[in-house]
Amino acid sequence: MTVPLALLGLLDREPSYGYDLKRDYDTYFARGKPLPFGQVYSTLSRLARDGKVTAGQSEPGDGPDRKRYSITTLGKQEVDAWLAEPVAAEPFLQTVLFTKVVLALMLGHDAQRFLDTQRATHMRRMRELSEIKRGGALVDALLADHALFHLDADLRWIDVTTARLGALAETVRRA
Amino acid sequence: MTVDGLPVPGPLLEARAIDRSYGRTQALREASLSVTPGEILAIMGPSGSGKSTLLHCLAGIFTPDAGEVWFDGRRLDTLSDARRSELRRTAFGFVFQFGELVPELTVADNVALPLLLGRAGRKEAYRRAAGWLQRLELDTLSGRRTGELSGGQAQRAAIARALVTRPKVVFADEPTGALDSLTGERVMDLLVGLAREEGTTVVVVTHDARVAACADREVMVRDGRVTDPYVGGAVR
Repeated sequence: MTVPLALLGLLDREPSYGYDLKRDYDTYFARGKPLPFGQVYSTLSRLARDGKVTAGQSEPGDGPDRKRYSITTLGKQEVDAWLAEPVAAEPFLQTVLFTKVVLALMLGHDAQRFLDTQRATHMRRMRELSEIKRGGALVDALLADHALFHLDADLRWIDVTTARLGALAETVRRA
Repeated sequence: MTVDGLPVPGPLLEARAIDRSYGRTQALREASLSVTPGEILAIMGPSGSGKSTLLHCLAGIFTPDAGEVWFDGRRLDTLSDARRSELRRTAFGFVFQFGELVPELTVADNVALPLLLGRAGRKEAYRRAAGWLQRLELDTLSGRRTGELSGGQAQRAAIARALVTRPKVVFADEPTGALDSLTGERVMDLLVGLAREEGTTVVVVTHDARVAACADREVMVRDGRVTDPYVGGAVR
């Protein structure tokens, strides 16, 4: 998640204070990694420097004085362009996993056992995510779903590789 | 046996080194597995690996060619056909991929059927069926013929039918295999949630990791052998 673009996007709804931006960011995007206040204000300063937001005058409040930030036309253009651009279709190649399988075969180690262990690790995480889904709010459930579908894809790869381990061993040993 | 002074329950259901062949094809080879009371266990594996055969042997539908199957301290595979049928009717519930409901009967008839076959009074059978239909949010469809239900509704009716006798074990063979992702998830949530409330043991065969992730534990079946990934190697 790109923090500057997420904050810009939140400001595109309406002008907001740093405290409120942090609260909304943590609610929707943080997922257990709350945004430090320092990062919120340093990001807003950079966005202001680059002409993407403007900071209002300091306003007295219950606590220290605070500034209301507004998005500029340049900032809006950046948000629009970012939203219109599709996310790269990452291949999610399990390069470490694949490297380990190939090396295990080359070195005569038990690649099957390694894949079984990896499978169990994936399943354990999937159980944790399923538990999060059962008790969680819709936002948490949908994020858990995203992770579950990706882990499921990994597992299918593990199963296909398991089924073809003999052929892969021959290929690797011939090379 | 105890751990930290607390008793550890013995297995409720156990396969001990069972073999089973279909002609020349050996579906199970010394397959061993144990399930503790209240546990939800997923049996996974590729098509043709022997996972459904294992489920059928555990449920007393098939008898193994060699090895033993134990249920609740009793040897299951040496019981007569009649005794095994009775056990399946009284102690086990079943959910299959396509519901396997009787299409000419209503939803309420289908759910009450196991109780009626077990010689429960008609009034009592339908009263209990109605309770389960309500828990599965099917009460408004109780008079509908099951042939008119959607896939998800039919599986919910199958779950009600499986649980209506308060069985010790529910066996589910690819219960979400014919459903879309979201409907399948709802069906699994209901099955697992109700089983936990009732303390019912569930053995579910699935090739879907998302279904297996709803279970407490999973084992893999490959070439007729059972592998427990948390122990490593074939289970003995």
